[in-house]
Amino acid sequence: MEMEIQTAFTPWASLGGGVLIGLSAVMVMGIFGRIAGISGITQGAVGGILPLRGAPKDRDWRWAFLLGLLAAPMLIMAAGGTVAQTVPQNLLAMAIAGLLVGLGTALGSGCTSGHGVCGLARLSGRSLVAVATFMTTGFITVFLLRHVLGGV
Amino acid sequence: MRILWGFLSGLVFGLGLVISGMANPAKVLNFLDLAGSWDPSLAFVMGGATVTAFIGYRLVWRRRAPVLDQTFDIPTGRSIDRLLVTGAALFGIGWGIGGFCPGPAWTALPLLAPGTLIFLPAMLVGLWAGAWIKGLGLLNTKGAAT
Repeated sequence: MEMEIQTAFTPWASLGGGVLIGLSAVMVMGIFGRIAGISGITQGAVGGILPLRGAPKDRDWRWAFLLGLLAAPMLIMAAGGTVAQTVPQNLLAMAIAGLLVGLGTALGSGCTSGHGVCGLARLSGRSLVAVATFMTTGFITVFLLRHVLGGV
Repeated sequence: MRILWGFLSGLVFGLGLVISGMANPAKVLNFLDLAGSWDPSLAFVMGGATVTAFIGYRLVWRRRAPVLDQTFDIPTGRSIDRLLVTGAALFGIGWGIGGFCPGPAWTALPLLAPGTLIFLPAMLVGLWAGAWIKGLGLLNTKGAAT
C-alpha cells in the first residue's frame, strides 16, 4: 500500500477524461433512464449469477456496460497507447480494500460514480453527504497509512 | 440495441477513466495524500464529469422517457441515515487503502496486476455481503429509504 510515487499533475487529460465519464452517465440516463453507478451496475450484473438481495433486474445492459469498461484499456493499447498504472502490491491490503469497497458501496448505495458524478449532478443531498464522508475517510486513511504508520 | 448501447456507454466510461488517470491507483492515492505527494488531477476529473452530467441530465430529462426504456428510474430517497454514512465511510477507507473504486477496478482487470486480481473478487464478496446485511435491516433507522 505504500507507493509514494510522484504522479504528474494532468489537468487537461483529467478534465477531458472526466467529460467522457460525464457523457457516459448522460448516455445511460438518456438511453436506459438509469444512474450510471458502477457499484449498482456491478450488483445488477452479479445478481444474474448469485442471489443478491435488492439487485436491479435489468441485467442485459449492465453486463454489456461492464464489458465496455473491460474493453476500454484494451482498445487504447490496441491503438498503440499506453495505460499507465501502478497497483499496490500488498495483497492482504488489497483484499481488505476490496472487501471494504464492496461492503461500503453496497451499504451506502453508491460509489464515486453513483453518488459522486451522478448524485452531485442531480443535486442530491444524500449523495453530497456520501461524497463528503468517503472523501474524508479516504484522506484520513491515506494520512494514517503514509504519515503516521509510515513505510509499512 | 440495449446490449450495443450498454457496451458503448461502458466503453466511453472506461476510456474516460483511463485517459483521466482515475484508473491508476497511484494517482488516486496521491490525490488523497494532501500532506504528501498531492496530485490534484482527480478534482478535474470529478469537476468535468459532474458538470457534463449536470447539463446533460437536464437535456435528456426533457424527453418523456429514455430511448430504450419505459421510465427514468431516479433515486427518490432523501433521508440521511446511518446506513448511508456508515457505508460511505467504509468505502472511503477501502478506497484509501487500495486506490481503487469500483469502476477503475474493472478497467484495470485486463492488465492483470496481482493487486487487481485480489481486489476485484474481494469487492464482489463485499458487495454480496453488504446486500445481505442491508437486507437484514439491522442498521436501518426508522423511515430509512433505500
